[in-house]
Amino acid sequence: MSAVQTTSPPQDDTRRRSPMADVFFSLMRSRTFLVGLVIVLFWVACALFGEHFAPYDPLADDIINALAPPSSEHWFGTDQIGRDVFSRVIVGSRDILTVAPLATLLATVAGTALGLLTGYFRGIVDDVVSRILEAFMAIPVVIVALLAIVALGTSKATVIIVIGLSFAPIIARTVRSAVLAERELDYVAAAQLRHESAFHTMFVEILPNVIPPILVETTVRLGYAIFAVATLSFMGFGIQPPSPDWGLSISSNYGMIGGGFWWTVLFDALAIASLVIGVNLVADGVHGALND
Amino acid sequence: MTNSAPTKPAKAENALELTDLSVAYRVAGRNRAVLRNLSLNIRQGEAYGLVGESGCGKSTVALTVVRYLPRNGSILGGVISLDGQDVMKLDAEALRRARAESVSMVYQDPGKALNPSIRIGRQLTEIFELGGVTGQAATDRAIAMLNRVRISDPPSVMQRYPHQLSGGMQQRVAIAMALANDPSMLILDEPTTGLDATVEAEVLDLIAQLRQELSASILFISHNLAVVSNMCDRVGVLYAGMLVEEGPTDVVFNDPRHPYTVALLRCLPRGGQRKDQGRLDTIPGFLPGIGADIKGCAFADRCALADNRCRTELPPLYDLSDERGKRLSRCFHHDKAQALPRATPSDVPTAPKPTTAPVLRVAGLNKTYASHGHPLRAVKDVSLDLRPGETLGLVGESGSGKTTFARLLLGLVPPDDGGTIELEGKALAPKLENRGDDQVKAMQIVFQNPDSALNRSHSIRHILSRALKRLAGLSGKAQEARLDDLVRSVRLTDRHLAVKPRQLSGGLKQRVAIARAFAGDPRIVVCDEPTSALDVSVQAAILNLLADLQSKEDVSYIFISHDLGVVRYLSDKIAVLYLGRIMEIGPSEEVFSGPHHPYTEALLSAVPKLDQTETARIRLDGEIPSATNPPPGCVFNTRCPRKIGPICEQQEPPLAEAQPGHSIRCHIPYPELARLQKAVVTEPA
Repeated sequence: MSAVQTTSPPQDDTRRRSPMADVFFSLMRSRTFLVGLVIVLFWVACALFGEHFAPYDPLADDIINALAPPSSEHWFGTDQIGRDVFSRVIVGSRDILTVAPLATLLATVAGTALGLLTGYFRGIVDDVVSRILEAFMAIPVVIVALLAIVALGTSKATVIIVIGLSFAPIIARTVRSAVLAERELDYVAAAQLRHESAFHTMFVEILPNVIPPILVETTVRLGYAIFAVATLSFMGFGIQPPSPDWGLSISSNYGMIGGGFWWTVLFDALAIASLVIGVNLVADGVHGALND
Repeated sequence: MTNSAPTKPAKAENALELTDLSVAYRVAGRNRAVLRNLSLNIRQGEAYGLVGESGCGKSTVALTVVRYLPRNGSILGGVISLDGQDVMKLDAEALRRARAESVSMVYQDPGKALNPSIRIGRQLTEIFELGGVTGQAATDRAIAMLNRVRISDPPSVMQRYPHQLSGGMQQRVAIAMALANDPSMLILDEPTTGLDATVEAEVLDLIAQLRQELSASILFISHNLAVVSNMCDRVGVLYAGMLVEEGPTDVVFNDPRHPYTVALLRCLPRGGQRKDQGRLDTIPGFLPGIGADIKGCAFADRCALADNRCRTELPPLYDLSDERGKRLSRCFHHDKAQALPRATPSDVPTAPKPTTAPVLRVAGLNKTYASHGHPLRAVKDVSLDLRPGETLGLVGESGSGKTTFARLLLGLVPPDDGGTIELEGKALAPKLENRGDDQVKAMQIVFQNPDSALNRSHSIRHILSRALKRLAGLSGKAQEARLDDLVRSVRLTDRHLAVKPRQLSGGLKQRVAIARAFAGDPRIVVCDEPTSALDVSVQAAILNLLADLQSKEDVSYIFISHDLGVVRYLSDKIAVLYLGRIMEIGPSEEVFSGPHHPYTEALLSAVPKLDQTETARIRLDGEIPSATNPPPGCVFNTRCPRKIGPICEQQEPPLAEAQPGHSIRCHIPYPELARLQKAVVTEPA
């Protein structure tokens, strides 16, 4: 064997690009992803800097101007105590965009850990944990939320924990099936033949290879989490007054649609819908890019 | 289709004519040339072989003929003439008809070519229905077709789904489907590559027989030179999308006139060559990437004969026709091509091997899996031992228990109670986690598929450093130093350390896997088909590397391969497995030269050889029996061509020592085997 054997592989730049760069370029070409990203970034900007460009204080009441229809003064009208709906919609993204991502993060971390455990150990561990997770998945989020509120009291933390733990089993299931496939690959056997600990094999060897499905599942779950946060707020279990939160606003104003005061509800509902759609477009884009 | 083509034109002289064909794939916004001005003709009824390493454009030729290139592929120029018809000028409907009526393809993986959710019968009758034959008539034709490809009991096979058939059966069905429309041109793209040698031999026999029955011309694409030499009348050698040599098969392979052909032929372990008789030759460097800018001869960079002219001027195809037939070579130095200097010196350091105590001793090892409530004996009562610096070759068809046995040794799968594995005199715990760190690092493995064996998220540096940390207990400066040594010993360079496995070629990845196995100075390395995914030139380099490392480190190998030539090259000792049992074990030369077990005899005779002299091949009837329900008596009795009588069905023969160190599990006494097998001359693999 001569030294020539070790010359670099054929100069083929398609192969030289790293997988992450591939994904990035593919995302940048995906219109779905870009549209979703613009929508999400818009709401993130509102959450971060909303009060600087909201025309009014979202909490300031103005009884004289209560229930004013949309006008050049109040673009989205005012609610029953005269607060500016436009300002409230803009600033109202803050709570939902704190609570939903944190809940999703909790779900992802817990779900990934559970998925790695059940997929890696299989056998009795898998049987026991998986049955428990399935039982969990059978309970509606609302019931879990009711129980948690009784036990923990109403707070953002409660909402995060409730949604996080409700979604964890779903993520765990996705991770588990990815881990089951990875586990059969020879590099796992090679790790065992180095007497690596189960922890190392799970988190250092397997985890980096199951990131793509986790990423997709996380973005999809984020859409659901936003929806769940809004639902819980609407039902009064979530974010509490006087926050201008969208779900909460809809809840306190929906009785007035019958009276023709549609603007008190419509814009909050549209805001929730646009955010969920934006996140789902991003999720679609990520899914497409990772499965190309 | 026989009944729907009333106006078939009179046969053209050539079944297929490619003239000046250029094809490119569009990658990252640029057209990259894959086929460069390729011209070749296949005469009516002729079998034409196309050989070359992976990436040279063989499959692209096949796809281009039927204009079935992937979306990013385009035909930039040239003429494809199929039976006198210009394929490039066909409209969509005419192209569809040409594909349906005159060309058929058989692909490498029959499992993927057949629809998994449709019964075999339905898939076959569909083809006839396209031609207007329906109902019972279509069923009858399907049965006739399956009979033609020698499938016994076609009605029952037609009821089954593809996954219920073995690989060989699936490929027969795929061939039956390809022949259903009575094509004038049959394209076979690596049709036997995924199959066992015995099954491969059957499928090749079938194709050879069908050739005599049918009038079809064949384009046979394969990387296996021996297969092509047995199947084809003429052969074309493809390199970087160019035809570099062409001529009658036996002339090209026995008297090659292009350095690439010469080098390819030298890479193969032939004529029973062994590691201590000299290294295999290799081809330095790499195939130019697709779309590479080639000035002059494409092979010049890897050719020791190349001079300035070769690098600047594209050699024409010299016509070297003589009384042996028409032949071409694209080399300025075609007259001295065979004088190509070796890329690898053949001398080997031969370390004298003192006979010492065995490093590994296995006694009565069993493994039983539960399969739908039935015991499946994957490994039954295996005993053997292995000395330091020795290579034990494990051979047998797939399903014979080779890989399971390797996994039992490594502790990846716990064996049944009772058997013992001793490493350097100390018993090994059945489970990996109960073995000591020293015991674990003493036995390592090189897996078949480096894509699965190397963690694709980790850099080569991470992979090797981790192995050094865990297996050699090194860290910091010492680890760095040893990493350098290790990388150099498998002939990689520092450049390769920073990259991830996907950025390396198959051969380089396998070197990383070998380096990882050697990180902790192992006593035994299991090599599970380490070269079966590689091209022959790369295979030669890997085999040389394994041989060099062995003579340097005195490590023992357990070498699993279905390629008997490769096993013979590397092994000192051979164990032949069938249904989890050792049928024969002994020194490599004795097992290969015989007298040997009838199963070994059949395995050896199934191997396609480059220098085939027409010897009667021993055919194995039927399929390998299920391990859940092995035949009574000798497990090989259902397929044995030398079965002597009821005793074979009633009593399992013992593994009896025929010669010192050479044991055979057969009722036929050794002298009788010797007499029987003398009649059939076994050619070296």
